[in-house]
Amino acid sequence: MSDVQPPVVPGEIKKISRPAGSLASRIIPPLVVFVGFMSLWYLYAASLEERERKATLAYPHQVLQDFFGGGPTGDQPGELIKAFGLSAMVALVGLIIAMILGLTFAILMNQAKWIETSFYPYAIFLQTVPILALVPLIGLNIGFGLPSRVLVAVIISLFPIITNTLFGLKSAEKGLHEIFTLHDASRMTRLFKLQIPAALPAMFTGFQISAGLSVIGSIVGGFFFGRGAKGLGNRVQVYANNLRPAELIAAILLSALLGLAFFLFFGWLGKRMTRNWHQPI
Amino acid sequence: MVFDHVGKIFPDGTEALADINFTVNPGEFVTVVGPSGCGKSTLLRIASGLDHETSGDCRIDRSNIGYVFQDATLLPWRNVKANVELLAELHGMSATERAELSRPAIELVGLSGFESHYPRQLSGGMRMRVSLARSLVLRPPVFLFDEPFGALDEITRELMNEEALRLFTHEGFAGLFITHSISEAIFMSTTVHVMSARPGKIVASYDIPFEYPRSPDLRFEPEFARLNGELSRALRGAHS
Ligand SMILES: Nc1ncnc2c1ncn2[C@@H]1O[C@H](COP(=O)(O)OP(=O)(O)OP(=O)(O)O)[C@@H](O)[C@H]1O
Ligand SMILES: [Mg+2]
Repeated sequence: MSDVQPPVVPGEIKKISRPAGSLASRIIPPLVVFVGFMSLWYLYAASLEERERKATLAYPHQVLQDFFGGGPTGDQPGELIKAFGLSAMVALVGLIIAMILGLTFAILMNQAKWIETSFYPYAIFLQTVPILALVPLIGLNIGFGLPSRVLVAVIISLFPIITNTLFGLKSAEKGLHEIFTLHDASRMTRLFKLQIPAALPAMFTGFQISAGLSVIGSIVGGFFFGRGAKGLGNRVQVYANNLRPAELIAAILLSALLGLAFFLFFGWLGKRMTRNWHQPI
Repeated sequence: MVFDHVGKIFPDGTEALADINFTVNPGEFVTVVGPSGCGKSTLLRIASGLDHETSGDCRIDRSNIGYVFQDATLLPWRNVKANVELLAELHGMSATERAELSRPAIELVGLSGFESHYPRQLSGGMRMRVSLARSLVLRPPVFLFDEPFGALDEITRELMNEEALRLFTHEGFAGLFITHSISEAIFMSTTVHVMSARPGKIVASYDIPFEYPRSPDLRFEPEFARLNGELSRALRGAHS
């Protein structure tokens, strides 16, 4: 092969487009909503105070104080932050276990139809069983400590990983499969060089959904299982029972923040892994 | 490559091909033109072994076939170089062997300098060239082309035709080419078969007398225009 083609003209190269929109146009609208929401909150809290029902809702600034401990209703400084760390840990461990199990099951289901038909109904069962109803049973059987909380997080986050990965593994184009067929590719070659790479975007969508769910699982678990170190779920329960709204709200916000952080992290990771080829939506 | 009374009826009863007879020898470039849906892709799928004839016999050495699909079918997560090396990789070659094979193939289709670009950064024509380079790496003695340039604009298509023809004179493979375009068929081929509407049958065959290598100006020769007219009439007949 010696004769060489004239090079391609630069115009043939497509620019990789980035989503446009100035920073201001993306920040100002949600900021307006935030200010509006805060105003309403103050108004409502003030009206409650007039009616002497202070125990049901606190002012935003009181909530802020409680993030750092030593708020008006007094908790150990840093108590909430410690609980936050513990819940994050439980959620993360649960999520990692769910990922390992979910990927394994999805790949097995994809490899053999009989495995899929045998196990898929139970995967749906995981999704439809109300986790709150399952929690006491878990407690009775494996105790009320940390392992139970991790297990709740695993159960709640398993299904989206299985279904999304399975969908992704099946998403490779027929034409690509035919190239592998024409060259007598083995099952494993097809799996690792075609199906798994093709599944990456869907897989990360599953991770992202499950990341949010695992946080919910860790907090719901903590709510019921008070043995051992205290997580956010336990804090929520204690503050609710003791009528401490400022701290209750702080705990709720922290829980939401934790879920959001997980969600954003996996979204970012997924985009990064597929940044060269995933079509911008 | 021999098609011996090949017929194909799909399980749903669709009769796609009926009694196809022709041969493609090494050094021959045979083109099939025919109306849309007449069974051209089915013919290539049978030749490649992706599908099977339901009557007759298709004899072909399938140990090393180049197959260029209607669209580029690249792996979107691989850059140009890694896409071009795919088949060598599937045949278990080492990284150095693959690099040695892919470099000249990329050069030959004019994509040197684009090795680390990803498919989404390339135009349709460039993606098709990557697909072509990918098939070239194993230097197949038999090449199947399924309307590879159908989606390109006319000028790009003509450039790609000239490129493919240079590959043909260079490599001397036995080529079976599918197209809708009559001028493309005449420009490239030693023989053109006209296929009828479904079920596909060969209704006319033409030997193209021009010598290789062919110059782009061949398209303006009176003899080229005459053949073009004759084939157009035959194809028009095949449509009804
Ligand atoms: N798997 C299948 N089952 C049933 N019918 C099929 C199948 N594949 C193709 N056909 C039918 O066989 C006929 C020939 O299809 P084929 O794809 O070979 O046409 P073609 O000549 O390549 O068309 P085009 O020029 O549009 O690419 C069509 O009518 C199509 O509907
Ligand atoms: Mg076709």
